Amino acid sequence: MSSSTSLQSLIREARNITGSKQNEIRDSIVNTIYQEAGNIAAETVTNEKNKVDWDRKIDQIITSRIWGFPIMFGVLTLILWLTITGANYPSALLANGLFWIEDQLTNIFISMNAPSWLHGFMILGVYRSLAWVVSVMLPPMAIFFPLFTLLEDLGYLPRIAFNLDRFFKSAGAHGKQALTMSMGFGCNAAGIIACRIIESPRERLIAALTNNFVPCNGRFPTLIALATIFMGGMVVSFSSAVATLSVAGLVVLGIAITLAVSFLLSKTLLKGIPSSFTLELPPYRKPQVGQVIVRSVLDRTIFVLSRAMIIAAPAGGIVWVLANTMIGDTSVLATIAGWLDPFAKQMGLDGFILMAFICGLPANEIVFPILIMSYVSGGAMIELDSMEALRQLLVDQHGWTWLTALCTMLFTLCHWPCGTTLYTMQREQQSWYWTVLAAVIPTAVGIILCIVVNHLVRGLGLV
Amino acid sequence: MGLTYQSTGTSTTREVFNVDTSDKQPVIALAGNPNTGKSTLFNRLTGLRQHTGNWPGKTVLQSQGSYIHEGRKYTMVDLPGTYSLLANSVEEQVARDFICFAKPDATVVVADATCLERNLNLALQVMEITKEVVLCVNLIDEARRKKLNIDIKKLNQRLGIPVVGTAASSGEGISDLLKLVSKVVTGTLKPEPKAVQYNPQVEDVVAKLEPIVKRVVGNELNSRWVSLRLLEGDDTIIHALEKFNGKEQVQILQEALA
Repeated sequence: MSSSTSLQSLIREARNITGSKQNEIRDSIVNTIYQEAGNIAAETVTNEKNKVDWDRKIDQIITSRIWGFPIMFGVLTLILWLTITGANYPSALLANGLFWIEDQLTNIFISMNAPSWLHGFMILGVYRSLAWVVSVMLPPMAIFFPLFTLLEDLGYLPRIAFNLDRFFKSAGAHGKQALTMSMGFGCNAAGIIACRIIESPRERLIAALTNNFVPCNGRFPTLIALATIFMGGMVVSFSSAVATLSVAGLVVLGIAITLAVSFLLSKTLLKGIPSSFTLELPPYRKPQVGQVIVRSVLDRTIFVLSRAMIIAAPAGGIVWVLANTMIGDTSVLATIAGWLDPFAKQMGLDGFILMAFICGLPANEIVFPILIMSYVSGGAMIELDSMEALRQLLVDQHGWTWLTALCTMLFTLCHWPCGTTLYTMQREQQSWYWTVLAAVIPTAVGIILCIVVNHLVRGLGLV
Repeated sequence: MGLTYQSTGTSTTREVFNVDTSDKQPVIALAGNPNTGKSTLFNRLTGLRQHTGNWPGKTVLQSQGSYIHEGRKYTMVDLPGTYSLLANSVEEQVARDFICFAKPDATVVVADATCLERNLNLALQVMEITKEVVLCVNLIDEARRKKLNIDIKKLNQRLGIPVVGTAASSGEGISDLLKLVSKVVTGTLKPEPKAVQYNPQVEDVVAKLEPIVKRVVGNELNSRWVSLRLLEGDDTIIHALEKFNGKEQVQILQEALA
C-alpha cells in the first residue's frame, strides 16, 4: 500500500539524513533532555537546610558490595530468631488449651454414647489435625508475618532485589527475578503471577520455574517447627540460635539453588541473553505499625491458617480413616507407607513422611499435621501438648534423628509446588509442558539433594 | 472499506484502547514515573468508579475510571508508570501510543516532588508530543518534610504549562488540579509548552527531516517529535502509525498534499 510504503520511506529518509551519526544523535538528544530537566530542577527546587540525605546514606551501606549480604543475612536471622524463640511459649499454651477442649469433646461424645468410629473420625481425625494446624502454625505465623510485612513497608525488599540483581544477571536470568523470588517467600502462586513483570518470555519462564525454591508461607512453619524440635535440640544451650541458623541457612540454600537452576535453564532449555531494566529504590517510609499488624494478621495469617484448616479438616478425617481401616493386620496407611518406605529410606525419610508430602499436594501447610496424624492415629494415644511431646513421638516412637529432620526440611524446601501454584503456572503459561516441568525440576533437585545428604552423613558415620 | 475520515478519527482510536467514550466525555491521561503516588491520585479521583483490564493485546494492566468535576464527567486513564516514552519497554510503548493516538483531552504528568529532576524527563517528553499537559508535583508534603522548597510558579513559567503541587494521600491541591484540567479541556487555558532546544547538529537534521515527516503524517502527530524519534533510530513509531491510523487516512492526506 502506498501509505505504508511512504511511512516506511520515512525510516529510510531518516537513515539517509543521520548516516553514521545515529548513535551520536541519539546520545545527544537524551543528554539534552536530561540536562534540561536538571537545569529546571536546579532553578525551581531549593533545599532549605542543607540536610543530609539519609536515604542515600543508608542505601550506600545496605546495598554496598561488602555490607549488603551480611546485613541481609543478619536481618533474616533476626526475624527467624524472634519467631522461633517467641513462638515456643504461645505454641505450648495453645496446644494445652486445644487438647483440653479435645478432652471435653470426648467426654461429650462418651456421655452421648456416640459410636467409637464417629468419635475417632470427628475428634481424633478432624479436630485433632485442626488443633495441630492451629497450635503449630499460628504462633510462628503471627510473629513472622508482621515482621516480614514491616520490612516490606520500610522499603527493604527492593534493596534485596538490588543486591541480588547482578547474581541473577550472571545466571542468565532477569534482575526482576529477585523481586518475583521475594514474592515467593509470601506465596509461590503469587510469585508466579508476579513473573508477569518480566517482559521477555524466556526470562519469565526461568523465574516461574524456579520460584518454588524459596519457602513460602505454607512451608515456613514446618521448617521452623522442625528446626525448633531437632536442630535446636542438639546443643541445648544454643538451641534457639542453632534452630534459627539452620532455617536461615536453608533459605540461603534455596536462593543458591534458584540461581544454579536458573543458570542451567538459561544454558540449556531457555538460552538467551539477559535484558536490562531500571530498578528504582523507593524512599524509606516510616512503617504504619497499626496497619502492618492488621494487614499481616488479616491478609496473611488468617488467610494461610484458614486455607490450611479448610484442607486439613477433611484430610485429617481421611487420614484417620486410612489409619484405622485394616487390611489383614496392618492399616491401609501403614501399607502405603510400607510401599514408599524403601525409596524414602534412601532419601533419609520414611514412608510416612513421603506419604505426608504426597497428601500435602493441595497445600503445603498440611504436610506436617498429616504426618503427625498418621503417626498418632495408628499408634498409642498420647497427648501431644508440647513440643517436647512431639519430639518424643518422633524420636522415641518413630526413630527420627537429626538427619531425618534435616532431610525432611530439605525436601520441604525442594519438592513439587502445591496444587494452587501448579494451577497458577498452567494458567499463566498456558502449557502443560512447563507446568509439569515446574513440578519435576524441584522434585528432582529435592530427591537428589536428600539422597546425597543422607548417604554422605551416614557414610561419614555422623549419625 | 468505505471508512470516512471521521470514523478513522480520534473517537475510534480511543475505542481501540478500550476507553469508555459513551457520553463523549473528555478523556484525561495520567502519566508518571513509578512510585510517584500516581495510583493514589487515580484512586482518590475515581474512587469506586473504576475498572481494570489489560491494554489491548498486551499483558500490561490498564486502569480507567471516571470522576465528576463541576457537574461534568471525565474519563481518566491511568497509564503504566514509566521513566520515559522512548518505547524501550511494553509499558513505555503503551503510554506513548495512548498519548499519541488516543489524544487525551489533557495529560496529567504526576511527578515526585522529592526527586523532581528525574521526573521532569518524562514531563519534557510528554510536552514534546502534546500541548495539553498539566504537571502535578505530587508528594509535596513529603518534600516539605525533607525541607525541599519547590517554586511552582517558576516551574509554570519555565515549562509553559500549568503546574500544581499536590499531596494525593491527604487531598491537598487536588481541587486546584481538577480546575486546571477542566480549563485545559475547555480551552480557556492554553498551555504553550516550551520545546527543548537540542544542539545545532541535532536541530540541523531535524530541520531537514521535519518537512518530509509533515508531508506524510500531516497534523496527526507532532512532526518535530516524530522526526526526533526517527533520527534516533526508533522505528516503532512508524509501526504504531500503521497500526493505529487507518491507513486510508494517511492516503487521503497524501492525496490532498500530492
